[in-house]
Amino acid sequence: MSVLVYTESENGKFKKNAFEAASYAYVVAKEMGTTVTAVAFNVSDTSLLGTYGVSKVLKITDETLKTFNANAYAKAIAEGVQKENATVVIVSSSTDSKYLAALLTGKLGAGYVPNVVAAPDSVSPMVVKRTAFSNKGFAHTEIKADIKVIGVSNNAYGVHENQTALSEEAFSPSLGEADFGVKSIALDKAAGKVTIADADIVVSAGRGLKGPENWGMIEELAGILGAATACSKPVSDMGWRPHGEHVGQTGKPVASNLYIAIGISGAIQHLAGVSASKVKVVINSDPEAPFFKAADYGIVGDAFAVVPKLIEKLKEFKAQNA
Amino acid sequence: MILKFYYACIVFLIFISYLSGQANRLFKQPLFMKIIVCISNVPDTTSKINFTADNSQFDTTGVQFVINPNDEFGLTRAMWFKEKQGASVDVVTVGTAAVEPTMRKALAIGADEAIRVNAEPTDGFFVAQQLADVIKNGGYDLIIAGRESIDYNGGMVPGIIAALLDLNFVNTCIGLEVEGDKVTAQREIDGGKETIATSLPLIIGGQKGLVEESDLRIPNMRGIMMARQKKLTVVEPVAASKATADNRFDKPAPKGAVKLVDAENIDELINLLHNEAKVI
Repeated sequence: MSVLVYTESENGKFKKNAFEAASYAYVVAKEMGTTVTAVAFNVSDTSLLGTYGVSKVLKITDETLKTFNANAYAKAIAEGVQKENATVVIVSSSTDSKYLAALLTGKLGAGYVPNVVAAPDSVSPMVVKRTAFSNKGFAHTEIKADIKVIGVSNNAYGVHENQTALSEEAFSPSLGEADFGVKSIALDKAAGKVTIADADIVVSAGRGLKGPENWGMIEELAGILGAATACSKPVSDMGWRPHGEHVGQTGKPVASNLYIAIGISGAIQHLAGVSASKVKVVINSDPEAPFFKAADYGIVGDAFAVVPKLIEKLKEFKAQNA
Repeated sequence: MILKFYYACIVFLIFISYLSGQANRLFKQPLFMKIIVCISNVPDTTSKINFTADNSQFDTTGVQFVINPNDEFGLTRAMWFKEKQGASVDVVTVGTAAVEPTMRKALAIGADEAIRVNAEPTDGFFVAQQLADVIKNGGYDLIIAGRESIDYNGGMVPGIIAALLDLNFVNTCIGLEVEGDKVTAQREIDGGKETIATSLPLIIGGQKGLVEESDLRIPNMRGIMMARQKKLTVVEPVAASKATADNRFDKPAPKGAVKLVDAENIDELINLLHNEAKVI
């Protein structure tokens, strides 16, 4: 009866959300009086997991699982659940984790709650707090099924160190050709670019920028801050920026530490999508823009005057604090 | 004489290759793909969200309901298949009679028939079990659902159906082409996209990108009139377990007032972000 955690990795290295999921698994296991077992795919050095409270890691080393495959991964994790008699499975809220969590839930006949933002209200019964209505509210949801799958929101519970003695075990789930009915044939991913999901800082711009040719300063600002770039819905609908950058209720959710909105008025759908961000800065020429009501810091001013100045001052700041 | 025989042979070979080409086309391109689109009835994206006085449920007073946006992109793609490649398009939902206007809208957009499972959609697993039963009985080739509903944001229904019925599944689907039973799909991933090869029967969790915002259709008068005549079948739910229950809701804590910084005083903003908010 352990708590199982899926620890996501890329190119043989754990992602930050793996440590966040492991931290969450640790607090659940502690409440339940048990320990955490991780499942890791093609990671040779798993020692870091011990730092975040994992007692045992099932190491899967398999060439056919080099590229993420939701169905095969879900089947492998389901086998791990049976092997360890796990009653709780923790996953992250990345696109890949959400994809496999639904399949895993179906395979196990489990109860799944995604977007969980805090340690459980209670573990018996299992009640967790999660966002609902696209961040316009929270639900305290009870998981009634025997096996419980919990998806932890990005940057909400956070990463916590709990140094634990870690043991490793090689694990070979029984996968066959039939588990690979969906095959990846190409990945198109900008190398070295910070993604909105993983970013600590997101710089976002809207229609106030007047045209796609003016995004140079947004990218420069993001570059200085090590931030991801994002945009409002009209901007992606008009084709100024790719769909993948659209944040808001029907786009991507943002849960960064700092969200800088430039020339975005703050429609209710946009505010919902970015409300999980901890600190919001709004730069807008219209003092009546609704976004100011949802912001922590604001500058009323023309983006074309304010942003270049901000870039210049941040360069100085970075030089002093490097 | 020998030359004549050669000619006959060549003509015969051309004829055979023509026949096999036809056969190939027939088998590779089913004349009729059976599609079903799973629809969720959700509050309009502009809705203010309130809960009942005891915080036990969502307060629907004064709320406009619409087709879940992620489902509407999928429905629009289904209409494209119907018009360009030949397909039938059914729509299905789990809900009480109150959701019928939303189903009529889907019919007005162009779906052929609607099915409503007569039950309160209490949790994702329950809904998935109901939809799986309808899908299994209907023998569909392509099942289109949304990535998530914008109300409860479970994002689990298509994945659970895939596991229950052993279907291929592509989530966060932003592109879909079908040729014969071969499928090429695009999936949004964090920071990019993935191209996927798979085959029918398939279920997808769709979103914007399947079609563009500008491709969405507003039902015209003729569509609305025709929708009234279309079949809307009500089926009773199958026995199914409930995996989760929302015990209580609350709203985000009210936000403190914004601190305004003068546009000429960027140093002050950097100071606040560094020393007060500690985010840079």
